[in-house]
Amino acid sequence: MSIDTDTARRVARLARIRVEEDQLPALAGEFNAILGFIEQLSEVDVTGVEPMTSVTPQRLKRRDDEVTDGGYPKKVLSNAPDAREGFFAVPKVVE
Amino acid sequence: MLDLTHDAPAPKVIQGAKEDWELVIGLEVHAQVASMAKLFSGASTAFGAEPNSNVAFVDAAMPGMLPVINEYCVAQAVRTGLGLKAQINLFSAFDRKNYFYPDQPAGYQISQLYHPIVGEGEVIVDMGPGVARKVRIERIHLEQDAGKSIHDMDPAASFVDLNRAGVALMEIVSRPDIRGPEEAAAYILKLRQIMRYLGTCDGDMQNGNLRADVNVSVCRPGDYEKYRETGDFSHLGTRCEIKNMNSTRFIQQAIEVEARRQIAILEDGGEVVQETRGFDPDRGETRSQRSKEEAHDYRYFPDPDLLPLEIEQGWVDDIAGTLPELPDEKKARFVSGFGMTEYDASVLTAEVENAAYFEEVAVGRDGKLAANWVINELFGRLKKDDDRDIEDSPVSAAQLGQIIDLISKGDISGKIAKDLFEIVWTEGGDPARIVEERGMRQVTDTGAIEAAVDQVIADNPAQVQKAQANPKLAGWFVGQVMKATGGKANPKAVNDIVTAKLGL
Repeated sequence: MSIDTDTARRVARLARIRVEEDQLPALAGEFNAILGFIEQLSEVDVTGVEPMTSVTPQRLKRRDDEVTDGGYPKKVLSNAPDAREGFFAVPKVVE
Repeated sequence: MLDLTHDAPAPKVIQGAKEDWELVIGLEVHAQVASMAKLFSGASTAFGAEPNSNVAFVDAAMPGMLPVINEYCVAQAVRTGLGLKAQINLFSAFDRKNYFYPDQPAGYQISQLYHPIVGEGEVIVDMGPGVARKVRIERIHLEQDAGKSIHDMDPAASFVDLNRAGVALMEIVSRPDIRGPEEAAAYILKLRQIMRYLGTCDGDMQNGNLRADVNVSVCRPGDYEKYRETGDFSHLGTRCEIKNMNSTRFIQQAIEVEARRQIAILEDGGEVVQETRGFDPDRGETRSQRSKEEAHDYRYFPDPDLLPLEIEQGWVDDIAGTLPELPDEKKARFVSGFGMTEYDASVLTAEVENAAYFEEVAVGRDGKLAANWVINELFGRLKKDDDRDIEDSPVSAAQLGQIIDLISKGDISGKIAKDLFEIVWTEGGDPARIVEERGMRQVTDTGAIEAAVDQVIADNPAQVQKAQANPKLAGWFVGQVMKATGGKANPKAVNDIVTAKLGL
């Protein structure tokens, strides 16, 4: 798979990262280098090999169904650029 | 278990300007898991709290915070899967669904795309006595809910409350087996009923804890059957998805107008474009949500914060062992065990609380009589009293059972029993004692009834002559005697004595 500047632009937009037009060819080049490196991995025959999800055998940690957190709206809002009446206030999202 | 056999309903046919069309509908139902805490945090799920008070740092996506799964939410999803007779996947995993929206602080939703916890199942959707649609379930996966945006509090700003962010949802995905708007509504109500029986979702649609995305396409008669035979979707039309509906009434309207829109396009020689649409109930139309198209590139990938979710068969078996009797089985048992009609059984099993109340009344008593009293008197009275919930019924199941016992023993007549029911409803108290204290007991003492009959006959010689000429008029005497005894005489005894005394 080869990434062109249009795809690079689209990926940047989806990630909400501003990339200037003249930077796009370089970005596409980097993507291609990364993908090319990853493609080397597909040369390895992994038939019958279980995908590894962890280096050490671990079980997903679980919690009980108990309310143990929350109740600090001021802290939750403390980094918000704009908060009013207990809500985050953001530029109007038009449906 | 007794299986109620059923026939499939006919699909809905819409007449276009040129030809007939059929509908093909699939639903993605988002059901909020009934739990105390959220899916990956210890914050409360309680509805209606002060904004942003039920929020843990992980729900607000603060840097460095890690999700830890709530095991009970997993159990609830497994329980729901078992209730839908579905495959339970002992291995499932979480993926990130990436999109930006202010009520989604992490920039992604944790969901299960590649390995859902529940696989294929089925739901029997009743469409009337003996008629039901079997809808295949494709999968159920666990995911996080988003927060809530409020757009009308400020002209230039949207306000965001993250209380709902991170609450566990089950997304229940059906196959395209639903063939009309009424079936879609009935399917959602059946899922709701099953989940309420299981206790896995409250199903409160007004508060948004049961919502649906509706996929609609149209095809020509015969094409759907080809799809079912071959599994080849190309026999079906292009579908559009109507997002985020939380009213069965609007869902039905939206399906109807969306189908007609697609038919008009096709009959005009055009092509339906696969897209997301929103339903505007005020204007009665669906509209393209082009703004959401780009957001469809979700760039899913396995969530590196979460190991795969591995559960043990023994744990699943333990949950299976605690499943309650489900609506279909309960209904079948009510029909066979109490001799009631399928309709009455549907009414009594619609809500699990109603069924429990009925069973408490019916145990050790005449099931049909109990069904009559619960459906006609109790439900009627609850409805009249501002649609009161059965949990708040002033007449308890034990009290209604006692009233029925008094009828069965012959202590009171059916008519007096209705008066007694009303007294217990408004004043409360022990039904048997009320009957004694207020002298409501049915008079079965034939001597007293005979005296009353003699009196009425002596007072009405002209009526006696008429009745002897026309025996049908004997009923008038029975009525007079009932009146004279304040409704307390046993009607059958009165009838026998009147007939005898008039020499009929």
